[in-house]
Amino acid sequence: MNINLTLIVQMLVFIILIWFTMKFVWPFILGAMEERSKKIAQGLAAADKGEQSLAQARERAEVIVREARERAIQIIDNAQHRANDLVEQAKGAASTEGQRLVAAAQQQIELDSSRARESLRREVAQIAVQAASKLLEREIDPKAHADLISKLATQI
Amino acid sequence: MAAAESTPNAGEYILHHLTFLSNKTPHGIVDFSVINLDSVFFAVLLAVAFGGSFYLAARKATAGVPGKFQNFVELVVEFVDNQVKDSFHGTSKVIAPLALTIFCWVFLFNAMDLLPVDLLPGLARGAGIEHLKVVPSTDINVTFGMSLTVFILIIYYSIKMKGLGGFIKELTLQPFSSKNVAVQALLVPINLLLELVTLFARPVSLALRLFGNLYAGEMIFLLLALLTLSSGFGGLLTVGGWLGVIAQTVLGLLWAIFHILVITLQAFIFMVLTVVYLAMANEHH
Repeated sequence: MNINLTLIVQMLVFIILIWFTMKFVWPFILGAMEERSKKIAQGLAAADKGEQSLAQARERAEVIVREARERAIQIIDNAQHRANDLVEQAKGAASTEGQRLVAAAQQQIELDSSRARESLRREVAQIAVQAASKLLEREIDPKAHADLISKLATQI
Repeated sequence: MAAAESTPNAGEYILHHLTFLSNKTPHGIVDFSVINLDSVFFAVLLAVAFGGSFYLAARKATAGVPGKFQNFVELVVEFVDNQVKDSFHGTSKVIAPLALTIFCWVFLFNAMDLLPVDLLPGLARGAGIEHLKVVPSTDINVTFGMSLTVFILIIYYSIKMKGLGGFIKELTLQPFSSKNVAVQALLVPINLLLELVTLFARPVSLALRLFGNLYAGEMIFLLLALLTLSSGFGGLLTVGGWLGVIAQTVLGLLWAIFHILVITLQAFIFMVLTVVYLAMANEHH
């Protein structure tokens, strides 16, 4: 048991080994470990994010579905309104058309009756003239009395 | 082992096992012309084993799913890293790798103690090598080599962090201090003495603790080996011989199992104390 050169050699080997560990072992292993823990943290964060966005998407989907349902109801309502309107409009058009037809018919009737009245008046005037001529037993010159007859015709 | 030749007596056997393989017989307590070839050989061999295996793991280290060996290496590295982070709050890039080196290397040194005491020396003798000590941490040169390196680092960090003046102040102005200049001047030598003892006690205690534990452990194995030393294979014919074999097996097993704790603990203590000493050197008082 004595102190000898082994001490110095051991110190040298120790220093070299420390240097080696510091240079070629420690940084790589610790680096890999840190990188892995970073990766895991990122993975966990991404999972959280995914869950959140999934929840958000679900909410959004629900809102969209609700809106769509509301709009569908609205569209059906509108369609019904529109159909009612159309029916109303058609009804209105039909009644005005009917009224118009009735008015036209009345006009026609009036026209016809006035025409008939005219011809009737003329005939009555002629008959009156004939009757008067028979009564007077004498020929009345229609030409000489034409203005008289027409005056009469307008009076009837 | 040597039963075929002349059976050594107990003293010779133990002395033989405690002799290093040196380039020449040492004279006196300190002799720097002598080198313990066996200690150096096993220290370098285990350094290569540690450095090589960890280097391979480091080179293949991925951030993905680690393999079994990478897992093991990462376990050790993380364990050491946590120990360092617990006590050392500086920014040094040396301390953590230093701690890893100490822990693994000392553990491997100590683990050599679990090999049967006569296995490698016996083989070596077969190859013509007379003496072989296989446990480097039972060589006081090895343990002091490590603790003195740590000591140099302690001095280096003390001066680096506090400056030479700060370091000298720390050695002279505490633990006793006074506002009175004359009293302070009286206290300086006392403080210096106390602080120097504290300072030098660190490497000495580091080295001697490891050496003492492992030396004692090896000694127990050697003493247990004495139980069957004199009988040789002929001992198997006698009841006493069988008792010796059984006693050595059972006691050796028990001691080896207990020793697993000791070798790990000593490696751990060496590492933790190194980190603590360096942390203290790094801190301002």
